[in-house]
Amino acid sequence: MTAELRTEGISKAFGGVQALDDCSLTVAEGSITGLIGPNGSGKTTLFNIMTGYERPDSGAVYLAGQDITGESAQKVFGRGLGRTFQLTRIFPRLTLLENMLVAAKPSRERGSLLARAGGAADRRHARELLEFTGIDQYASALAGTLSYGQRKLLELATVLAADPAIVLLDEPAGGVNPSLIQTIAARIRDLNARGTTFLIVEHNMEFVMGLCHQVTVLDYGTVVAAGPPEIISTDPRVLDAYLGASLDDEPSPDGADA
Amino acid sequence: MTPSAVRSPARLSAGVKGHRTLLTSGGLVVLLAVFAVFPLVFPNPLATTYGFDALIFIAAASAWNIFSGYSGYLSLGHAVFFGSGMYTVAIGAKDWKLSGDTVFALLPLAAIVAAAVAVPVGLVALRVRRHTFVVITIAIFFIFQLMAFNFSFTGGTVGIDAPILNWAPGTYNDPFYYLAMVIAAVTLALSWLIRRSRFGLHLRAIRDDEDRARSLGVHPMRAKLGALVLSALITGLLGGLWYYFIAAVHPQSAFDPLFDLQLALMGFFGGLGTVFGPALGALILEPVQQWLTVQFTNDYLSEILLGAVFLLVIIFLPRGVLPTLGERITSLRSRSRDRSVPVTTADGGAVAEGAAPDGAPPDGTPPDMAAPGTSTASAPRPAGRREGTPS
Repeated sequence: MTAELRTEGISKAFGGVQALDDCSLTVAEGSITGLIGPNGSGKTTLFNIMTGYERPDSGAVYLAGQDITGESAQKVFGRGLGRTFQLTRIFPRLTLLENMLVAAKPSRERGSLLARAGGAADRRHARELLEFTGIDQYASALAGTLSYGQRKLLELATVLAADPAIVLLDEPAGGVNPSLIQTIAARIRDLNARGTTFLIVEHNMEFVMGLCHQVTVLDYGTVVAAGPPEIISTDPRVLDAYLGASLDDEPSPDGADA
Repeated sequence: MTPSAVRSPARLSAGVKGHRTLLTSGGLVVLLAVFAVFPLVFPNPLATTYGFDALIFIAAASAWNIFSGYSGYLSLGHAVFFGSGMYTVAIGAKDWKLSGDTVFALLPLAAIVAAAVAVPVGLVALRVRRHTFVVITIAIFFIFQLMAFNFSFTGGTVGIDAPILNWAPGTYNDPFYYLAMVIAAVTLALSWLIRRSRFGLHLRAIRDDEDRARSLGVHPMRAKLGALVLSALITGLLGGLWYYFIAAVHPQSAFDPLFDLQLALMGFFGGLGTVFGPALGALILEPVQQWLTVQFTNDYLSEILLGAVFLLVIIFLPRGVLPTLGERITSLRSRSRDRSVPVTTADGGAVAEGAAPDGAPPDGTPPDMAAPGTSTASAPRPAGRREGTPS
C-alpha cells in the first residue's frame, strides 16, 4: 500500500508574491523524503496544493501516476494521501477515540446512515494506533485536554486511521521536547518499514538528516537541490539558502541562481 | 500483557457508561409517561395548550440542534422552514378545498416543501462560515417574510384562515397534543441516533475544525446540507401542525424573528450540541414565556424579559445547563476520589493485575513486558476535566 507522489512545474502566486515557481519534485515510493527551506520558501503552499487546499496557477500533481491536480481535499485523502498541519489541529471537543473514527472509512457491512460511528474493526484499529503512539490511556478523554506534544501524536494517529499510502507531515517535531521527537521519529521509521511513504517538512536539521532517505531543498518557490542527506548537508547552495553565506559578498538572488 | 492493560480501563468505563445509559433511558420512559397522561390529569384546554406549545418547541429546538448544535452553524433563519410548512398546509387546504381531518394528510407535504426549501437555502448560506453564516440566515429569513407579505398566493397581510374542525371543545387539543408528542419523541430519538453515528461524528468534527475534517476525508457540504434538510423537514412538519392548531397564518406569525431567537435561546440554555439539552431548554422556557405573556398584557415586556434571560444564560451558563451540571458532578466525584487517593491507587493497581488473562504473577513477568501494563495503571488520567456528559 504505497505510491509515488510527483509534482510537475507547479507555480502559484498570491497577489504579487510568487510562492512557488516551476516547482518539480518526486517523492519516491516507500521513501521518507524531507522538504526543507527557509521560511517563506513555499513548503506549506506546496503541501496545500498537493492535498487539494489550494489550486496551482500552473503545473500538475500526480499520485501513483494519476493527475490529481485541483481535486478537493476530501477526495485526495480518499486516494490515500494524508496530511498534518503546521499548527497542530485536532478536534478538541471530541474524545481521542472519536477523533480517530472521523477518518475511518464507512464500513461496508453496516450501510445504514444512522449506524453507530466506527464498527468493531475500526474501533480496534483506532485503539491500536493510539497504543502505537502511546496515548491509548486517554482514549475516552476529550482531545482538548491533551498537552501540545500529545496533540501532535494524536494528529499523527488520526491521519494513520485510514491507512494512507503517503503521509505529508508539516513540522512534526516543531515545539516538541527532545524525547518526544525521538518517539515521533521512531514511529515514522516503523510505519515506513511497513510501507508508508512520508514527505516531511521540518526545520530541525538533526531530525531531517537522521530520518530521511532523500532531502529536497526549496528556496524562493523553486527546488534548488535534491539528494541524499549527507550530500545535501554539504551542498553550498543549501548552506547559502539556509545561512545566507553569500550575503556578505554578493546579493542573495545571484546566490540562489548559482 | 498489553491486552489486559488496555482492557481493564475500557471495562471500567463501559460499566460507568452502562449505568448512565440505564439511568437516562429510565428517566426518559418516566418523562414520556408523564407527557402521555398529562392531558388525562389536566383536561383543561388551557393546560393542554401549554403542553402542546411545549412539545412543539421541544421538537423544534431539538430539530434545530441536529443542524446548528452538532455542526456549529448557528441558524437564525429556521422560521423560514416553519413558515413554509404553515403556508404549505394553508394553501393546500384552501386550493384543494380540504376540510376537517383530511387537512392532516397535508402534513407530510409541509415537511417535504420545507426540506425542498432548505436545499437552495443551504447551497447558498453554507458557503460561508460563523458570523457571516448567521447574518445570511437572517437575511434569507427576511426575504421569505417579505415574499409572504407581497405574493398573492399567500394572501398577503390578510393571510389564510384554516378550515374549521368540528371537534368537541373539551378534547379538541388532544389529537394535536399527541401528534406533537410523537413528533417530539421521534425527533429526540433521531437526534440521539445521529449524534453517535458517523454522520453526527462528521458534523461535530466540522464544528471543531472544518478544514481539518476535510483533510480526513469528510465532505463538509454533504454533511451540513444533509443536517439542514433533515432539520428543515421536521421544522416544516411542526409548522404545518401549528398552522392547523392556531387556525390561521399571517406573514408576521409564520416568519417570526422571535421563533428563531427562541430556538437559539433554548439550545444555549439547555446545552448546545447535547441530545437532550435543547429539549430541556424548551420544556423550561416555553411555559415561562407563555406565562409571562399572560401576566403582562404589554407584549413588549415579555420580549424584553426573554432578552434578559438570553443575556443571563450567555453570561452565567455559556455552555448550557446540561454540560454545566455534568461538569459539576464529575468534578465533585473526582474531588471525593482525590480525598481517598491511596485506596484508589491500590484499587487501580489491583484491577489491572487481576485482569491479566493468563493469571501470571506480576513479579514473574519480564520487566519489558510488564512495562505497558504498569504505565497504564499509574498513568495520570485527566479525569477532572473530562466532558460533562454531552448526551
